[in-house]
Amino acid sequence: MLIPQREWVIRLFIFEQKMQQKKVFLYCVLFYCGVGFAQFRVNGRVTTDKDIPLAGSHIHIGPKTVSSDDTGNYLAPDIPAGKARIYVSYLGYKSIDTLVVINDDLNFDFKLKENITSLNEVGVVRTNNTHNASMREQRIRQETIEKYSSQTLGDALKEVPGISSLKTGSTVVKPIINGLYGSRVAVISNNVKLEDQQWGTEHAPNFDVNAAGKITVIKGASGLQYGGDAVGGLVILEPLASVRDTLFGKSIATLSSNGRGGSISSSLHKGNQYGWSWNALGTFKYMGDRQAPDYVLSNTGNREANFTGDVKFARKTYDASIFYSFYNAEIGILGASHTGNVTDLYNSINNHVPAVVNDFTYTIGNPKQQVNHQLVKAALTRYWDDTGSLTFQYAYQFNKRREFDVRRGDYSNLAALDLELLTHTGQTDYKRKSQNWAFKAGISGSYQHNFANPDTKVRPLIPTHEKFDTGLYGIFNFDFSDSFIVESGIRYDFSKIDAIKFYQKSRWAERGYDTEFSRFIFGEQSSQWLTKPSFTFHNLSASVGFRKQFHHDWDWYANASLASRNPNPSELFSDGLHHATGIIELGELRLNQEKAFKLSTTVQKKWNLFSIDINPYLNLIQDYMFLQPVGFETTIRGAFPVWEYRQTNARLAGLDLHSRLQLSPRWTHDFTAAFVAGRDLSENEDLIDMPPTNLVNKIQYARKDWHALVLELKSEWVCRQNQYPMNNFETNIIVDGLQVPVVVDISTPPPAYHLLHFYSEVKVKVVGKTSAVIAFSVQNILNTSYRDYLNRQRFFADESGRNFQIQLKINY
Amino acid sequence: MKNIQTSSLALLALTFFSACSNDDNPAVYIPVNEEEVITTVTTTLTNGSDVVTLTSRDLDGDGPDAPVVTVSGPLKKNTVYTGAVTFLNELATPTDNITAEIEEESDEHQIFYQAPATFGSFAYTDTDVNGKPLGLNFTFTTGTDNVSGDLIITLIHEPNKNGAGVSDGDITNAAGSTDAQVIYPIIIAD
Repeated sequence: MLIPQREWVIRLFIFEQKMQQKKVFLYCVLFYCGVGFAQFRVNGRVTTDKDIPLAGSHIHIGPKTVSSDDTGNYLAPDIPAGKARIYVSYLGYKSIDTLVVINDDLNFDFKLKENITSLNEVGVVRTNNTHNASMREQRIRQETIEKYSSQTLGDALKEVPGISSLKTGSTVVKPIINGLYGSRVAVISNNVKLEDQQWGTEHAPNFDVNAAGKITVIKGASGLQYGGDAVGGLVILEPLASVRDTLFGKSIATLSSNGRGGSISSSLHKGNQYGWSWNALGTFKYMGDRQAPDYVLSNTGNREANFTGDVKFARKTYDASIFYSFYNAEIGILGASHTGNVTDLYNSINNHVPAVVNDFTYTIGNPKQQVNHQLVKAALTRYWDDTGSLTFQYAYQFNKRREFDVRRGDYSNLAALDLELLTHTGQTDYKRKSQNWAFKAGISGSYQHNFANPDTKVRPLIPTHEKFDTGLYGIFNFDFSDSFIVESGIRYDFSKIDAIKFYQKSRWAERGYDTEFSRFIFGEQSSQWLTKPSFTFHNLSASVGFRKQFHHDWDWYANASLASRNPNPSELFSDGLHHATGIIELGELRLNQEKAFKLSTTVQKKWNLFSIDINPYLNLIQDYMFLQPVGFETTIRGAFPVWEYRQTNARLAGLDLHSRLQLSPRWTHDFTAAFVAGRDLSENEDLIDMPPTNLVNKIQYARKDWHALVLELKSEWVCRQNQYPMNNFETNIIVDGLQVPVVVDISTPPPAYHLLHFYSEVKVKVVGKTSAVIAFSVQNILNTSYRDYLNRQRFFADESGRNFQIQLKINY
Repeated sequence: MKNIQTSSLALLALTFFSACSNDDNPAVYIPVNEEEVITTVTTTLTNGSDVVTLTSRDLDGDGPDAPVVTVSGPLKKNTVYTGAVTFLNELATPTDNITAEIEEESDEHQIFYQAPATFGSFAYTDTDVNGKPLGLNFTFTTGTDNVSGDLIITLIHEPNKNGAGVSDGDITNAAGSTDAQVIYPIIIAD
């Protein structure tokens, strides 16, 4: 082929993705090479505007997709001659979209400018630096996380389609991934699995949402480097850090009308590619009683005081870091949610108004939770010429949880549950990669000790126990071509748990443990057996999947994973009355591991103005552990339903969907939908606590030239859950001195609801490089009264009503 | 250098591991002293030398065994009985008298008596610190008919003593949470 001219004409289409501004920094440096073939190669380097290489950035050239390596260099071979669209992207940076004529081997260097605007909520990440290449990971970006500064991690996670939340009131929020939560969802904070009594349905992750620079969600057990028991999925939290040589700070202050309080979070970051760098962040929150549309939600205030900091020293061949975080929260639990017996519960359900409604106060009385979590992590990584690394990591976690209940007299000041959980984890991870393959392997060990303080004068929900875990994994990732990547991994875990628990002799006999578990009996104290149950588990987990790009606009991910989860302490040992549900919950020593096999696939298509992402999945769980009603027991407070942990075979099938439509350069529409159906295959009935179908529509107007104005209206439609097991039971209430049987309706889900939310922000320059973002938002604009199926307090009170919020963000 | 760091880290970890074994803490071998549990509710109804004792005893608390209810004998009709109710925790050693705690926090408790109207009527004879009824002491005036059925006694913690009818012994608007609810089968006869 002849080359007609020496000067290339490059037409740049700078695609105004959203409120994209003035000029995209694009420097195209062209080198002329001279020889012409029908296919050419394009190479170059992707950096920031300050010349820092952007590893793992994404370069689409015509039909090809390649990624840049650690030095920012990329190479795309075999590009057919002719016009080709080049699209370069890196999360958090402005993308470049241009059209070039390829008539020769070319060299393009791209400089991407940091995207400081607050759009593109849930970003898309691919291949390099991902936790699993064959899973479509979903990330929540920092700008979005900041919106939730005064709320919780669980609230922020709802930005991801397919994630809902299991709540206790409005401040205890646990993430549900594709219908699963608790011990089935692992939360990884800065490469350490949070051990914060996550089995409890009323225990929120002990994590300050402000400390997350980036949140990634893996819906499934495919992140084998973090463990093999994440039957539901993984939430991966990474702190904000900069590799640039800068010192910058950030403060976010939020004021909320509902709760009449707010939060303030400030951080300082010293970045450096090599040498010393450090980060420090502090957060305070102070909120009073929340308000439902018709009444005060008494005793729902909360406080938080958190600190996170790290120091890192880096050289080209190694880095060493020390990280510390402290989370401290006091959370009021709705006063009306404490019930003494089933009659109280029946009255709460049927009265529709909480039994305790007082005037607004900041004071937190009982019931309440006081939790603090400390994490210390030390890590050392050795790098070999950009292709391999070896990391040693040690983490210490100490979690103290105290729960105070409504009690008589001086006992009010004594925690009813007092647990101290200590976890040491050591791990070594090795990574090696070459042009078309990558390999990761690691070994980890942990020791955990839970101390259930007997001074509470209440028999503890879970006993004192210790646990040893050790795991071994290997993950291999192979690029058959630039558009076809296969990843597979395998992991083995060994676990041993030893507990010390007093069983009432009557309970021990009722459970039928006499013959089967007599070896656990160690002593006796009047009416109780002192037992030392001990269990060991061996688990194998695996993941295999691929990502195929058919064309530069089509992506197909498919993944199959196998996970095994051991019974947690509450599933094994629970033994007593749960005051918020009026149910006697019983653990079961005979439980064995549950094994999940999940198939998940994502199809993603991007056009110029429209993109769509569809993720159907099927999760088959053998020996799924769940609480099932089995009968009644009468105590001095009256008769209570008894639920015990049992195992069944379960199937969860669902679909998550996200689409984005660019209506015009300034108008964007986002749609997300999530549907899941959970079925107990052995009993042939629906699973309890499955998230109902929800649909979110968001329309956004953005104008860069008006102080970066953003206006957003969000509609949240949550359907009624029509698939639920019928667990209603009969009890006697007293009417005119006579006992009358009534049905306690604990099963019927609340009706569907629709909420509207508004968000707006403008950005102003203050002085120098200091800029401020002022945001005003309204949640639940119409002050709708509603109850949510997945709120543990739905029997007692409505959800919070309208909330006006003002947020000031200053970057300096 | 790296090896030294690693091994010292491992050593450190080992020290921690061995320092906090279950067996080191004697507290875990002592059963929790459940001081608050109510195991026994005893009601005595006295008219001169006629004393009827009603007892409900549940010695395993929230455990599977149901309370054992005993009634010493029948009540006479058309009779005014002086009633007193006591609450004990027989799991604690020595036995804990919870009645005293209720008296101390009289404004946070109230006891309710319920039976069909033909059984007679109940009246409070004691008050809390605010002059509102408490209910540890009461009178039971039996009716004019021969009847049998259940007498239900309920101890409510943190009731709304200002609720409509609550000071007259009507539990309907009392709210609060139930600390004890016992059912005595009684006979009222000649």
